[in-house]
Amino acid sequence: MKAEHTRKLIVLAAIWVALLLAPYWMAPLGGYTALATRVLVLGLAAMSLNFLLGFTGVLSFGHAAYFGLGAYGAGLTLKFLALSTPLALVAGMLLGGLCGAILGLLIVRRRGVYFAMVTIAFGQVFYYIAFQWSSLTGGDDGLRGFSRQPIDLGAFKLDILSSANSFYYFVLFCFALAVGVMGFILRSPFGRTMIAIRENERRSRFLGIPVERHIWIAFTLSCFFMGFAGALYALVNNFADPRGLHYSQSGDFVMMAVMGGMRSFWGPLLGATVFVVLQDYLSSVTVNWMSFVGLLFVLVVLFFPRGLLGFFQRSKA
Amino acid sequence: MNVLQINNVTKRFGNLVAVRDVSLNVARGELCAIIGPNGAGKTTFFNLISGYFPPTSGTISFDGQDITRLATHERVRRGMARTFQITEIFPELNVFENVRIAAEVAGGYRLRPWINRAEAAKIHRHVEDTLKLVALETKTNRLVGELSHGDQRAAEIAMALSLKPHLLLLDQETYQITQLIRRLHRDSNYTIVLIEHDMRVVFHLADRICVLDQGKMLAQGTPKEIAANEAVQAAYLGTAA
Repeated sequence: MKAEHTRKLIVLAAIWVALLLAPYWMAPLGGYTALATRVLVLGLAAMSLNFLLGFTGVLSFGHAAYFGLGAYGAGLTLKFLALSTPLALVAGMLLGGLCGAILGLLIVRRRGVYFAMVTIAFGQVFYYIAFQWSSLTGGDDGLRGFSRQPIDLGAFKLDILSSANSFYYFVLFCFALAVGVMGFILRSPFGRTMIAIRENERRSRFLGIPVERHIWIAFTLSCFFMGFAGALYALVNNFADPRGLHYSQSGDFVMMAVMGGMRSFWGPLLGATVFVVLQDYLSSVTVNWMSFVGLLFVLVVLFFPRGLLGFFQRSKA
Repeated sequence: MNVLQINNVTKRFGNLVAVRDVSLNVARGELCAIIGPNGAGKTTFFNLISGYFPPTSGTISFDGQDITRLATHERVRRGMARTFQITEIFPELNVFENVRIAAEVAGGYRLRPWINRAEAAKIHRHVEDTLKLVALETKTNRLVGELSHGDQRAAEIAMALSLKPHLLLLDQETYQITQLIRRLHRDSNYTIVLIEHDMRVVFHLADRICVLDQGKMLAQGTPKEIAANEAVQAAYLGTAA
């Protein structure tokens, strides 16, 4: 028990050190800081989805909707309301989370394939709204004409717009905040009821857990995290894209989570890293980059059903 | 006073009447066994009591309050706990974690995003006491899915017990668990309703036996009365004895 605990602490420390030093070790390896920023943001999105998929055991195939809503929430705030990055993040998170809370009420009574289908359907509704409401959202062209704003910390200004490193560390700070809250919840009595529902829904019900209510809370929390990630993504690109709400984007998030390992907390971050880096590298070589990512996905699912991280953990043990 | 009071309960599934006009009262501290041939409606009857589905007609009261239409988790909150014919546990969690979830829910912590040291210590003690009661205290770190069948049954009972129930519903426990059930009944004074196939268990343990046959209550009485009942012998024991 003790040895395992120490090992976990070492792995955790290694992850954070790697993230903290990413701008310095990525460049020599042929990467660049903005790529690391994308990894963090999409990794946070995959972890948010996995909060629901891996720890409550319900598969949402429409989570890109809340990601996209977060992006539009942040973009619209910067464009029309106020030139404030923190406000944009909060607005994006609230938009994604509140829409998730309302639709969640309709979704949580479904299970399995039906749950996935209903989440896709509601997700597509938001996609078409973003696509059609051109006057507000820019329609097919996406929302442009806003940019992230320097953060005023009183004593000095953090220039996240032109300095890639400053922006990376700002995103890392937001990522750490969100991931910290997520980990805290998972270790709480409420988090344990989520795992109970994943493990055995009937037993959970007969222990006195109102299962639908708990799934709804988990769904809503996951949408808040997703909206937050989406808001960060709008800041990364200074742009919000309707395709960010599309169900194919939801599929990418599911792929990241499953590929990395959905039973582990950090698995989806690894999945997102592999996905984003491969995409970045392969798309400069071939337009058919997705076939290679897809092939890797199939191989992982066939040979490492617990994902890449699950495979590493097993081979160590 | 009756813990459980069931009046003329009927359950239909389409044309099939699984439970037909059954009434049953269970007094505090009583151990009541329900027996009957396969397909007699025992498990359906249990599902009605525990709220897995509502009855087509009839009423069910628990601790003097009508619970006929109440959801399962509400019944659990009022002190009803059950086990299943096919063990329902969290196989990928260890014994301690299985029982801790139950103890935390029963302690009212289920929506809490944090738990302080004192509360966690209280839960910890409660879980360990419960595990001692079912003789699993040496296996707290084992995954429940890897335990023997008998130990899995004991773990499921431990989860039910940690809910501090006023009524235990036990569905087809194995012969190995008999001693445990006897202790729970005689020493800890639990009120228990038990579905059982194994006649050794039933006649050994029960204060009262109810015989279900084709969804109807064929007879109720002490083990002696049931053994002497001709209708029961014809329907059920006749073939076995």
